[in-house]
Amino acid sequence: MYRGGVGQFSYLLHRVTGVGILLFLLVHIADTALICLGPGYYNRIMALYAHPVFKLSEVALFAAVLFHALNGIRVFLVDFWERGTVYHKKLFYLEAIVFFVVMVPVAYKMVGSFVLGSLF
Amino acid sequence: MKIKLQIKRFNPEKDRAPWWGKYEVDVEPNDRLLDALHEVKWRQDGTLAFRRSCAHGVCGSDAMKINGRNRLACKELVRNLSRTIVVEPLMGFRVLKDLIVDMEPFFKKYRQIHPYLVNEDPEEPGRERLQTPAERSRFEDTTKCILCAACTTACPSFWTNPDYVGPASIVQAHRFIFDSRDRAGAERLHILNESEGVWRCRTVFNCAEACPRGIDVPKAIAEVKRALVFKKI
Repeated sequence: MYRGGVGQFSYLLHRVTGVGILLFLLVHIADTALICLGPGYYNRIMALYAHPVFKLSEVALFAAVLFHALNGIRVFLVDFWERGTVYHKKLFYLEAIVFFVVMVPVAYKMVGSFVLGSLF
Repeated sequence: MKIKLQIKRFNPEKDRAPWWGKYEVDVEPNDRLLDALHEVKWRQDGTLAFRRSCAHGVCGSDAMKINGRNRLACKELVRNLSRTIVVEPLMGFRVLKDLIVDMEPFFKKYRQIHPYLVNEDPEEPGRERLQTPAERSRFEDTTKCILCAACTTACPSFWTNPDYVGPASIVQAHRFIFDSRDRAGAERLHILNESEGVWRCRTVFNCAEACPRGIDVPKAIAEVKRALVFKKI
């Protein structure tokens, strides 16, 4: 294991979220393709997504897409903005702030009532 | 002061797998890790193998992974390291013995980018190829590379794809691409535009942190990328 810094951490997260999104897309193509077999199969698989585990997974999926997109912008700036390599750490911290600012209300909107309802 | 060294040992002729050699040595706080390694080799275990030449941070022979990060053993004072120091060979190369790795693939890539001045223009008799201080400063930083491979072997893109040309070769190419006297910049850019070229860089920045000469490696790589995209040197 190499003790890298912010860059290695963001690289790792970028890879993990990228593979996660790819896996989702493969599953999504498979479940959508079920419509070819008839509405019965399709509706049954869609009903599965109402399960709490899938509801939480949707939040994780949104988080993965959001991080991957924001980090993609950061990587682009590092490569093509003249001062990008100087500010790469600050760009990562800015990215983290934007991530949480967007993530908190979206997560609340997606599963807030479901999670709070089960707690109280 | 007493320090402990934990060194990753491997002799392919004898060992089936790498193992950790543990040594305790008495050193002065201002001693370098290289001195501690000498202490082990000269007084405790002569079979320990590592490279070193100038021992003053110029030749780049003794790059190794020290406490998880690539460093030159001759530039690391033991007082700045932990009491137990973990020493491993550079990652991504075949281990020949202990801390010695096969660097031939590294130098092969270095040779690929034509690391020398190319200029077929006739020289004026008695006159050097002059350049302004501004032209010289364009590639000043990348002239400092000592080819220790600390940057390349700190790069995850290189670990996963040993065919990647690597940061060190890009730095060396940068040194000539942006030299106003050189005429082979386009050729080098073409080489770096290949699939195993500069686009394998994922902006991890381990190279910048590992460089013992303080070269801003990601900046050099980004300049090469921009030169490729904007077709402007």
